[in-house]
Amino acid sequence: MEELRFLRREHLPHLWCAGCGHGIVLGAVVRAMDRVGIDQDRTVVVSGIGCSSRAVGYLNMDTLHTTHGRALAFATGIKLARPDLHVVVLAGDGDLAAIGGNHLIHAARRNMGITCVCFNNGIYGMTSGQYSPLTPAGFRTATAPYGHLERDFDLCRLVQAAGATYVARSTTYHVHQTIEYVARALSHEGFSFVEVLTQCPTYFGRRNRMADPVRMLEWFRQRAVTVAQAGRMKPEELRGRVLIGEFHRTEEVPEYSRSYRDLIARLSGEGDGDGR
Amino acid sequence: MAGERWEARLAGAGGQGLITAGIILAEAAVLAGRNAVQTQSYGPESRGGASRAEVVISDGEIDYPKVTGPDVLLVMTQEACRRYLGALKPGGLLVADQDLVDEVPPGPYRVVRVPITRIAREEVGREIVANIVALGVLVALTEVVPEGVLEEAVMARVPRGTEELNRKALRAGLAAGKGTAAR
Amino acid sequence: MSKPRLMQGNEACVEGALEAGLRFFAGYPITPSTEIAEMLAERLPRVGGVFIQMEDEIGSMAAVIGASLAGVRSMTATSGPGFSLKQENIGYAAITETPCVVVNVQRVGPSTGMPTSPAQGDVMQARWGTHGDHPVVVLAPASVLETYVLTVRAFAIADELRVPVILLSDEVTAHMRERVQLPDPGALPRGERPRPGRAPANVPPMVHFGEGGRILVTGLYHDPSGFWTEKPEEADRLLRRLCGKVESRREELTLVERWYLDDARVAVIAYGCVARTALRAVRLARERGGRAGMLRLACLWPFPRHEVAALAEKVDAIVVPEMNLGQVLGEVERAACGRCRVIGYHRVDSELIRPEELVPVLEGV
Repeated sequence: MEELRFLRREHLPHLWCAGCGHGIVLGAVVRAMDRVGIDQDRTVVVSGIGCSSRAVGYLNMDTLHTTHGRALAFATGIKLARPDLHVVVLAGDGDLAAIGGNHLIHAARRNMGITCVCFNNGIYGMTSGQYSPLTPAGFRTATAPYGHLERDFDLCRLVQAAGATYVARSTTYHVHQTIEYVARALSHEGFSFVEVLTQCPTYFGRRNRMADPVRMLEWFRQRAVTVAQAGRMKPEELRGRVLIGEFHRTEEVPEYSRSYRDLIARLSGEGDGDGR
Repeated sequence: MAGERWEARLAGAGGQGLITAGIILAEAAVLAGRNAVQTQSYGPESRGGASRAEVVISDGEIDYPKVTGPDVLLVMTQEACRRYLGALKPGGLLVADQDLVDEVPPGPYRVVRVPITRIAREEVGREIVANIVALGVLVALTEVVPEGVLEEAVMARVPRGTEELNRKALRAGLAAGKGTAAR
Repeated sequence: MSKPRLMQGNEACVEGALEAGLRFFAGYPITPSTEIAEMLAERLPRVGGVFIQMEDEIGSMAAVIGASLAGVRSMTATSGPGFSLKQENIGYAAITETPCVVVNVQRVGPSTGMPTSPAQGDVMQARWGTHGDHPVVVLAPASVLETYVLTVRAFAIADELRVPVILLSDEVTAHMRERVQLPDPGALPRGERPRPGRAPANVPPMVHFGEGGRILVTGLYHDPSGFWTEKPEEADRLLRRLCGKVESRREELTLVERWYLDDARVAVIAYGCVARTALRAVRLARERGGRAGMLRLACLWPFPRHEVAALAEKVDAIVVPEMNLGQVLGEVERAACGRCRVIGYHRVDSELIRPEELVPVLEGV
């Protein structure tokens, strides 16, 4: 229960719907913070706009609730101004992959020292259930009443291709994996990205015959395939499934704020930078 | 020169270095203890589009920063000559690149034609320093700043390693300006 | 004072920002402000600061706010289209009371317009560009030296009042090179942020990230603790305080210059590059026996309506030349409130208004 120190308990209960998965993800985040022993007075958690972005209201540390899609850009400023601080971004799928997609790929490309957790419920919950870039094809939303025609992003592959140096995916059904991946992401120096599938029974579930949150968790369990399992499966068996696990991890790319500090040190002729 | 306002307009095409020439002329005026303002107008093209630099020099305050009726107009293209000649102050000086400006309509001004670009290419060895040749011509004809101060300003602005080339260009321009008979 | 030297307006902005303690700049390339970014890319890491070219204008405004909240003096610079893109986050800076400086070098708009040519069409956007009532301070330099002075002042105001401050330059002032002698370092007040135990009236003390405050900063309406609220009385209190911290300091923020106004019958009210034209025109009119004068505005918002009202009592007419179709004009009319004639003079063809076209306007009234 040590992780409770990371919560502003005076502001609970949270505003999320009954059955919403965001509390599970937030729980995993604070347990991961506890596991890696994060210093809550040297950590800034940044969010954008959307249901998941309200998570920062409940975290007992420096928190920044920004504009829609821009959390990573705000976080970039914080990290560059104070490279010694731990900077974490919590954001939804619409926030990160649609309006904020540009900041996502460029934060990844720079290998900015930020841990980014994507609460992927495949829907815009705060505005009552419109489709997002992560809504799977065929499912119904408030703006896809006949079933969604677009393909969804594989956000982990996108972010990896853009240059992220730690990439993993989990679901709210797979709580232990989620805690472990977030913990590893928090311990990683460069841009780390963890996508967590989380259920929105209120808007996604009800329109897709999964109004019961337990059915949505069941759905996650059935859809999820680990990277190891997937290697042994045929392409047709993988159709409609979601890969979970760690996709990518490298320490070989320099973290951006460190590179900039090295530049400052080089220009001042004082050697090769601080913080080594 | 008296304390009153003296105006020059340098007009031609992007890539001819006229904005740099304007800056150097203004810097020379400041080095000479005078007041100066330099402005410019340019299009989206880095090379080839219309380009003009303006310099106002005075010993007093300079309120309006742009040129209204220039004392000196340098034109490095026919188009610039056509466009700006009308604004030249009566009795003003027009300096035209002899090879690039074919037609100069008659009017109440002094016309000096100098093969500025050709001098840069053939005497100095690099066409790119035509702007510095032009500055030499202008200062030789107007004495708006002392030659030595102009050279100091040129040396302070040009890229390292090109000092000799630019010094040669400046001296060629000064000589050409002095050797030209006004008509 | 420094040795006299020829300096460009954008360069003076950079020198002023560094003198004011700028240590973080985020921007995106755009004409005619780009020189500011280029110079800071070179200068900032040499003084231990950070320059970053972000992926877009919106992100650069966001990064500036993030860095400022982390305790660093921060700035961005842009022009028309980029200024439009930054507006949402300028509103965010206003409601979160994050000090920051936004330089907008005005060019001809709307849209892409004429990127390399001057205009003054962003006066209203600078004041009202973001949605909702909000506080903002807008300074408009008319010379290279003043660009330096007002940049330092912009940081001081931003920090002391915890507001975004817009330095509203224009293509003429930004690209013009003039002989300047900069004040000695430290000669201009740099201001400081209100901190716990040391905060002026209606400006809350600022706690930065990483100081153990465990704060929440949000663009939602929030109570004095910072936590979001939808209580009508809290919302009312917050917005009135936010706007009031600038409104209540209108007179101390006012920055005007008076030229030949003692005996003037006709006065020009001008700002930015056009003030240079206006001063020449006033002098030409006076040489011909006219009784003209000028009130130059260096702070456009909060609008110095008390100054304009007092002037309108004294003169027969006020002429407002602008490189737009009448933006400050409307404010002047509002402040003059029928006490004298108010005449606009507009030029929107990308050319700076010339003195000789303004003289007949002064003589005709």
